[in-house]
Amino acid sequence: MTSLFRLTTALAGLAAMATGAIAEDLTIVHGSVGRDQEVLRKQLDAFEAETGHTVTIVSMPESTTDQFGQYRLWLAAQSADIDVYRLDVIWAPQLASHFIDLGPHVADIVDDFVPAAIESQTVDGKLVALPMFLGAPALYYRSDLLDQYGEAVPTTWQELTDTAGRIMAAERAAGNDGMFGFVFQGAAYEGLTCNAQEWIHSSGGGRIVEIDGAIEINNQAAADALSLAASWVGTIAPEGVLNYKEEDARGVFQSGNAVFMRNWNYAYALAAGEDSPVRGKFGVSILPAGPGGQSTATLGGWHLGVSRYSEHPEEAIELVRFLNNYENQKERAIVTSRPPTLNAVYADPDVAAEQEFIPLWKPVVDNALPRPSAATLRKYNEVSAAFWTAAHDTMSGNGTAEENLARLEGELRRLRGSGW
Amino acid sequence: MSAPEGTSRLSRQRIRSAWLFLAPMLIVLFIVAAWPLGRTIWFSFTDASLDLMSEAEFIGFRNYLEWVDFGDGEGAWYGLLADQRWWRSVWNTVVFATVSVTFETIFGLIIALVLHQQFAGRGLVRAAVLIPWAIPTIVSAKMWAWMMHDQFGILNDMFMALGLIAEPVAWTASPDTAMIAVLIVDIWKTTPFMALLILAGLQMVPEDIYEAARLDGVPPWRVFRKLTLPLIMPAVLVAVVFRALDALRVFDIVYVLTPNTDATRTMSVYARENLFDFDQFAYGSAASTVLFLVIALITITFIMATRMDLEGKRQ
Repeated sequence: MTSLFRLTTALAGLAAMATGAIAEDLTIVHGSVGRDQEVLRKQLDAFEAETGHTVTIVSMPESTTDQFGQYRLWLAAQSADIDVYRLDVIWAPQLASHFIDLGPHVADIVDDFVPAAIESQTVDGKLVALPMFLGAPALYYRSDLLDQYGEAVPTTWQELTDTAGRIMAAERAAGNDGMFGFVFQGAAYEGLTCNAQEWIHSSGGGRIVEIDGAIEINNQAAADALSLAASWVGTIAPEGVLNYKEEDARGVFQSGNAVFMRNWNYAYALAAGEDSPVRGKFGVSILPAGPGGQSTATLGGWHLGVSRYSEHPEEAIELVRFLNNYENQKERAIVTSRPPTLNAVYADPDVAAEQEFIPLWKPVVDNALPRPSAATLRKYNEVSAAFWTAAHDTMSGNGTAEENLARLEGELRRLRGSGW
Repeated sequence: MSAPEGTSRLSRQRIRSAWLFLAPMLIVLFIVAAWPLGRTIWFSFTDASLDLMSEAEFIGFRNYLEWVDFGDGEGAWYGLLADQRWWRSVWNTVVFATVSVTFETIFGLIIALVLHQQFAGRGLVRAAVLIPWAIPTIVSAKMWAWMMHDQFGILNDMFMALGLIAEPVAWTASPDTAMIAVLIVDIWKTTPFMALLILAGLQMVPEDIYEAARLDGVPPWRVFRKLTLPLIMPAVLVAVVFRALDALRVFDIVYVLTPNTDATRTMSVYARENLFDFDQFAYGSAASTVLFLVIALITITFIMATRMDLEGKRQ
């Protein structure tokens, strides 16, 4: 009896090995904002139940700049500890060599994805990461306050400045001392690069670095846009905005202390949540534009790549495919209001019913402006740091916009050298 | 002892065993200190990048200083030694170290003198004073970041309730106050360390000297200036050197508490940024090397200037 039992166990073991159905331990790393962590864990639980593998989440700080430093270190050390990385849309050109080409592994589904998203993750024909969700920021506004004071949703930065100032003054006069006009991401990090690129591009000041690598950022339209932004600090925006990241800005807006906020899509689900003080009192619109420009939204998003140093690449690829399937993208769209990367989810009636923001935002996502990571390749982080320094210096009164842009131009020329 | 062989068999044996006993420590020191330092210095003379370390090639001093000809008759100096941001970081670091160590020494001395007195519950107070030092820097920096937050921070709330400030202050964000914020947190955190080292010095002072002074009727202030201070000076100076070494390589408080700007960026923050955030491993290595030299220079100067007794020969 016992020998029979042993035989069957041994056979079962052999069969398991033959089909490769051995339970593996996988690790995924991401920088959670809002409800990302909660939703990811839930979806991983489903994956574990379906496949028998276990997946551990390693959670990183909110700042994408901080995440990058750590990932760079792990990847350079060829660490096998992390199998799947959630990568910022801008990182593909810098980190391509460390990731598996997912192209052959997703050939059957790749056409269902938003083409621009796939393109942004393709470096020299290699698909570095499979797009997980996209981002295109919105102007969040307090609809109740705009109604109360008979103001319209601003379409230009100057209108925003004036409207925010008027409502803030009126609210403060009415005893609401903590009220501010506008909050955004003003800390010296990647987030400020996104914000400042929007101010400048939407005012006709061009890109940080043009698509062909040209440096034309030192122009009057760009200087005017930065000067206007500098005038917000300490007037319609709290001085602390110079150290605000996404969640700081949301904290102020969601607690009812700001008329306007520039933030990514995730803030929508949270501000509309049941415990939110501004639930039902806010709306979203496209970001304002400056004179001579059109509303600009920076292309954001996070995508899943499989490390070349992973010891379980097959299972990791399975996980990436699972997390980006229709059901999971739909769930993320509804729960976290993150724009999906599958075209079909935008047309899903449940998504439209639960989260009207998503289908509404499809054209904005489609027209979002990428940061110059493709043009500047391995030097992107330095370009971005030089750019956010120029913006941060201007806003903190350390030199005028003209001076800082002239210095930025010199810095970018030095970085470019004989070519990006 | 002037025999040609110089030393006796016994003392040769003793020297051999001394080296033998020292060997493990020397090997460990070589592995954890000399080797990484040597590698960093080597990388600073190459064009290494983090991804392609094995392909690093020697480029001489170009990371430190280089004349770049733009090809049109004009040119400019590039490299670490010509980088304004680097010198600003050096300046920030030196200011931070000087101010923080000065305040920590003064406060530490005061606290040590108080804790040296006999009073009920002294043991408890001594333990309580150490708490800030025991909290990991990253935790205390994050804690203070919330306390100093311009909108939700308790510091602004308290100061406004007391009428000290009319408007909430953006402590960590504004370039005017960012360095002050860093200093406040560091002084809060590290004063207990100074107090502890100085207290140890105080406990070494023999009681009978005080007794003699009391019998001679020397006033307390003179006792402190002429007796206590000179006797604890060696302990204080050692504590100051320890702290200064620590303060000159400050990284965590600045990195967590403040935005990454010229107002607070220190040498270590600058080096890390180039090493990992930017694709400039060699340049960051050059910054690390100069950081090492700056710290060595300042420490040696301080030891010489205070004529510190490192070998315990002078009494």
